[in-house]
Amino acid sequence: MSAASILVITRSAPYGSSAARDALDVALTCSVFEQPVSLLFLDDAVFQLLKGQSPGGIGQKNLNAVQQSLPLYDIDRLYVGARALAERGLHASDLILPVQTIDEAELASLLADHTTVLSV
Amino acid sequence: MIFSIIVQAPPVQAQGAETALRFARAVLAAGHRIHRVFFYRDGVHNGTALTCTPQDENSIPAQWQALAAEHDLDLVVCIAAAVRRGLIDESEAGRYGHRHWNLADGFELSGLGQLVEACLTSDRVVTFGGRS
Repeated sequence: MSAASILVITRSAPYGSSAARDALDVALTCSVFEQPVSLLFLDDAVFQLLKGQSPGGIGQKNLNAVQQSLPLYDIDRLYVGARALAERGLHASDLILPVQTIDEAELASLLADHTTVLSV
Repeated sequence: MIFSIIVQAPPVQAQGAETALRFARAVLAAGHRIHRVFFYRDGVHNGTALTCTPQDENSIPAQWQALAAEHDLDLVVCIAAAVRRGLIDESEAGRYGHRHWNLADGFELSGLGQLVEACLTSDRVVTFGGRS
């Protein structure tokens, strides 16, 4: 059981649905229960990590605040789809936390490396 | 094999909950065990006691209840997701000062830790209604 590891995949934009927050809650809970957890951001989810968010105008809490606490929870394995970033004209330096960008070939091995994959 | 099922799909607006039910039946029919069904996000609405289903349709919550009664399933509804959406049991009604509650018999409110525990305990974890 100690070898178990959980990968949480998120594919949704930061606001417009609760998906981003719900995925973070799952990851944080894994950490609270001392389970190794990784986060994978695909498609519009790459926008979740953009610096300088200001969602107060739409009545939402700023995700950046929670994201900045992830290292405190030992959640530092953050993977971002390279193509998703490129398609949206973004670069890893636009993001609020250090991430590892991965291409499609690496995606397969990332999935294989985890015992459980959760899509939120 | 030990399975756990995560349901994020609401019972009516999406097909995911019905598919999860049929998957659960297939898992059991094949001789496997279901450790837990965990309802998260809008999937918590699968646990309401107050659906009024037309006679020529099947109530999804009632089907979960029947399956759970037959196979002694652990139906756990994420408490944080549930109370936000107005799905509460008697205890939460007391805590939040509500006079009514609506969690169906056979379901139980608990935390996301139950999802994590299910991941550790199960050989397979299958999610329905993710990514929306």
